[in-house]
Amino acid sequence: MISKTWETLLVVKLLWIIPAIPMLAAGVLALTPRGYRRMAASLAIGSMVLAFLFSCLAFYATMIPLPYSEAWRQSYNVPWFDIGHETVRVGWVLDPLSALMLAMVTFVGTCIFVFSTGYMAEDENFTRFFGFLTLFAGAMLGLIISNSLLLLFICWELVGLASYLLIGFWFHKPSAAAAAKKAFMTTRIGDLGLLIGMVWLYSETGTLLFYDGGFGCLETKALIGLVTPAISGGTLAVTGIALLIFCGAIGKSGQFPLHVWLPDAMEGPTPVSALIHAATMVAAGVFLVGRMLPLMGADMILFSGSSPTLYIVAMVGSFTALFAALIAVAQTDIKRILAYSTVSQLGYMMMAIGVGGYPAAIFHLLTHAFFKALLFLGSGSVIHGCHHEQDIRRMGGIAGSMKITFATYAVGMMALSGVPFFFSGFWSKEAILHAALTWTPSMLPFIFGLCGAFLTAFYMTRMMGYVFFGNYRGDSCHAPHESPATMTVPLVILAVFAVLLGFAGTSFWPWCQSYLTAQRVRFGWEEFLHAWPLTGGSIAMVAAGIGLGWKLYISRPVGGADAPDILETMHPKIYNCLKNKFFVDEFYAATWVRWCGAFASVSDWMERFVWGGMMRGAAFFTACLALLNSETDERVVNGSFDGGCKVLKASSGKLSLFQNGKAQRYLCVIGAAFALLLLALEMGVKL
Amino acid sequence: MIQPLHACLILSSLLFCIGLAGVLARHNTILMLIGVELMLNAANVNFIAFWRYGAWAGQSAGVMFAIFSIAVAAAEIAVGLALVILIFRHVRTTSIDRVDGMKG
Amino acid sequence: MSISFIIISMIILLGAAAAVSFSNLIHCALSLAVAMVGLAMLYLHLGAEFVGFTQVLVYVGAVSIVVLFAILLTRPAPFSPGVHVPWHGRVTGILVAGLVAGMLVGAVLGTPLTSHVGQRVITVKQIGMELMTTYAAPLEIVGLLLTAALMGAVILAAPENGEKKP
Repeated sequence: MISKTWETLLVVKLLWIIPAIPMLAAGVLALTPRGYRRMAASLAIGSMVLAFLFSCLAFYATMIPLPYSEAWRQSYNVPWFDIGHETVRVGWVLDPLSALMLAMVTFVGTCIFVFSTGYMAEDENFTRFFGFLTLFAGAMLGLIISNSLLLLFICWELVGLASYLLIGFWFHKPSAAAAAKKAFMTTRIGDLGLLIGMVWLYSETGTLLFYDGGFGCLETKALIGLVTPAISGGTLAVTGIALLIFCGAIGKSGQFPLHVWLPDAMEGPTPVSALIHAATMVAAGVFLVGRMLPLMGADMILFSGSSPTLYIVAMVGSFTALFAALIAVAQTDIKRILAYSTVSQLGYMMMAIGVGGYPAAIFHLLTHAFFKALLFLGSGSVIHGCHHEQDIRRMGGIAGSMKITFATYAVGMMALSGVPFFFSGFWSKEAILHAALTWTPSMLPFIFGLCGAFLTAFYMTRMMGYVFFGNYRGDSCHAPHESPATMTVPLVILAVFAVLLGFAGTSFWPWCQSYLTAQRVRFGWEEFLHAWPLTGGSIAMVAAGIGLGWKLYISRPVGGADAPDILETMHPKIYNCLKNKFFVDEFYAATWVRWCGAFASVSDWMERFVWGGMMRGAAFFTACLALLNSETDERVVNGSFDGGCKVLKASSGKLSLFQNGKAQRYLCVIGAAFALLLLALEMGVKL
Repeated sequence: MIQPLHACLILSSLLFCIGLAGVLARHNTILMLIGVELMLNAANVNFIAFWRYGAWAGQSAGVMFAIFSIAVAAAEIAVGLALVILIFRHVRTTSIDRVDGMKG
Repeated sequence: MSISFIIISMIILLGAAAAVSFSNLIHCALSLAVAMVGLAMLYLHLGAEFVGFTQVLVYVGAVSIVVLFAILLTRPAPFSPGVHVPWHGRVTGILVAGLVAGMLVGAVLGTPLTSHVGQRVITVKQIGMELMTTYAAPLEIVGLLLTAALMGAVILAAPENGEKKP
C-alpha cells in the first residue's frame, strides 16, 4: 500500500531549493565588495535561517507518512543531459536520513554563522569568509539530498574545495597554506577510489541513481544483478565497488590511514573547524557509507550473513577510534586535541555502521555534530579570550573570568565523554557499544570502543584541567576576558541541544533509531534493563577516565607553562610516541613522499637525456638544412635583389608616410572599409 | 517574431563587433587577443547556428567546423600569448603603442 | 526565440562587453571565462553537446587560464610609464565597431532565411566516426598544427640564453 500525500510529493519536488538558497547567497557574496560587512553577514545568516525553515518543512513532510505506510522514502529525478544514447539523470531524495541531516546541518550552520560574526569581526576579508561558508553550506546540503552518486560526487568535491579554501583562509601563514594543500591532496587519494568505484558501479548497473522506482542502484533489482555473477563463480564486483566507495569515506572522514589531514586542518579559523572539520563535512564520509549501506552490505548473502565489506568498515573504524584517542592524550594544542577527538568519534560511527548499528551511527553523528560544534566554538571563545593563544599549557584558571564559556564547555565535555543519563553523547555511545557487543564476527570493535571511551573521558578531563583550572599561565599583562554575546548565545543554544538531543534516542525510547528505519517507536524499559551490565561497564570506564584525569590534572594544578606533562614524567617514551602521533606523518614523508620524489627524478633524467637527446638530434638536422638554405639565399637570391631594392626603397619612402606602424589604425581602416563594403552590397541588393 | 536562425546570427554579429571594438579601442595586447578570441567565437556561433537551423542533409559539417575552429583558436592563443610575453620582455610593456616596428 | 536563449545571449554579450571594457586585466580574463561559459550554454541549448563541452574544456579550462598566466607574467614594472590612451583612438574604434555591427545586423535582417526547427541530434559516437573517416586528414593536420604551435610558443616565450631571470 503506497499512499503519497500531496505535501510530501510537493516537498520532494522542491527539495532542490534548500541547497539553492545558500548557493545563491554564495554567488552574491562572491560579488560583494569588501566593505559591505553587515550586508554579507546578514545575507549569509538569512540564507541559512531560510534553509533551516525549509529543512524543517521537509522534516515535517517525512513525519506525515511515518510509520504507517511505505511512502517513507520519496525521490524525484530529472534528466540532465544526453551522452550518446544514454540519458544522465540526477535527482533528490527525501528520507529520514536526509531530513535529519538537513535539519542538523542548517541548524548547526546557523549557530556557527552567528558565532563567526563575532569571531571574525576584525578580519578584513569578512565577506570572502562568509562567501566560502555559504558555498560550503550549499554544497553540503546538495550532497545530503542528492539521489545520484554523480551529483553526490560533484557536491562532495565542492565541499572539499570549500574546505580547502577555508583551511587556507589565512593563506599568508605558510602553515595554513601547507595544511590546505595537505587536506586537499590527502582527501583526493580517497576521492580517486570513490571515482573509480562510481565508474565501476555505472558499468555494472547502468545507473547512478540511488532510488528510481525499483531501478536505482541501491534497490533490490540492481543489487541482485550485482551479486548474481558472484554467486555463479564470477567476479566480486560488489565487494570491490563497495570498498572503493569506502575509500572516499576514509579520506573525507579522516579514518586511518588517511587521517593525517584533519588535525592539520585546524590551521583554519575556528568556526570553520567547528562547521566543516567537526560537525558536517567530515561526517559526510559516514553519511556516504550510511547512504550506500544496501550496497555495502550486499555481499552479505555471499558469505553466509557476514559481509567482508562491513567487516573492513568496522575494523577500520574501531582501530581509528582507539588510535586517535591515544594520540589526543598527549597533544597540547586545544584545537588539535579536539581534532583527534573528532577522528576518534568518526571512527566510532564507522564502527557502528560496520557492526550493523546504522541507526546508532547516524544518531551518534547527530549528537556529535552538536556537542563537537559546541566544543570547537567553546575553544574558539577561549582562544579569542586568551588573545589567540592555542597552547593549553599557556592557559589555565580561566573558569572564573569566562563563566558562560566554561559552563557550556563543561556540558560539551561531559557529552563527549559520555557522562551518564543527562548528556546526549552517553546515549549515542551506549547504542554503538551495544551494537558492537552483539556483533558476532569479532569482539575487537567492542574492546577498542570501550578503551576509546575511557581515553576520551581522560583526555577531555586533562584538557579541562589545563584550560579552566589552576592558575593563569599566559601573558600576565593581558587578562582573559569573556567573549561578546554573538559568540556566547550560539554556545548556550548548542549546549541546550547537546543535552536535550540525547532523549531522542535513549534505549527506553529509541525514537531516532526507529525513525531512521521507519518503524513505530516503542516505549519500554526492557531494553534498558537488559543492557544494564554493558551500561554499568561503560559508566565505570567513563568514571575511571574522568577520575584519573581529575587526580592527575585538577586536584593537583599544573605547574608552570613549561613544566613537563605529568604523563611525560611518568612514561617519557610512551608519551613521546603519542605526542608525535605515532610518527605517521614522518612515515609518510619517508615513504610516499620520497618515492614520489624519486619517480620525479627518474622522469627528469628521462626528459634530459632520452627525450632531450632525440630533440637535439632533430635540431642538429634542422640546423644543417638551415645552413644550406641561408648559403643559397646569400649568394644567389640576394645579389640580384639588392640592386632592385635600392630603387624600391627610395620610392617606398614616400609611400610609408601612410604607414605609421600603429596596428590598430590599420585595423580601423580595414573595419571601416568592411562596413562600407557591406553598405554597398546592401544597397546593391536592394537596388 | 524573429526567427531563431536570425536571432543566432544577430547574436554572433554583436559578439563579433564587441570583439572588434576590443581590438580597435584597447591598447593592451592581451586585451586585443581577448577581442580576437571573441571574434573567432562569433564565427563558431554561426557554424553551430547554421548546422542547427539550416537546411538539413544529414551532415555534421557545422559541428566539425566548430570543433576544428576551437582547436585552431587554441593554437592561436598559445602563440599569441607567447608573442605578448616576448614583446613584454623586449619593451617592458603590453601596450600596443610601443610596438611600432612596422613603421617605415 | 525562447526565454533561455535571451538569458544565454545576455550572459554572452554582457560577459564579452565586460571582458573588453574593464580596466583591471584580471577582471577582463574572468569576464572572458563567463562569456565562454555562456557560449557553451548556447551550444548545449542548440543541441551541439559535444561542442559545448569542448568549449568549456578548451576555453574556460585552458584559454582563460593561459590568459590569466600571461597577465600575471606581464605585470608592468613599477617604474614603467603608464599607458595614456588618446580618447579619440577609443572613440574611433568604438565607432567603427558600431558601424560594422549596424551593417551586419542590417544584412542579417535583410536576408530571407528559413529556420528548420526540427530535431537535430549528433552523438559523440557519430562525431568520433566522422573524425576518423571523413575528417581524418583535417584531424591529422590540426594535430600537427597544435604541436607546432605549442613548440613555437615554448620557443618564443622561453628565456633566451644568458638572459637574467626577472
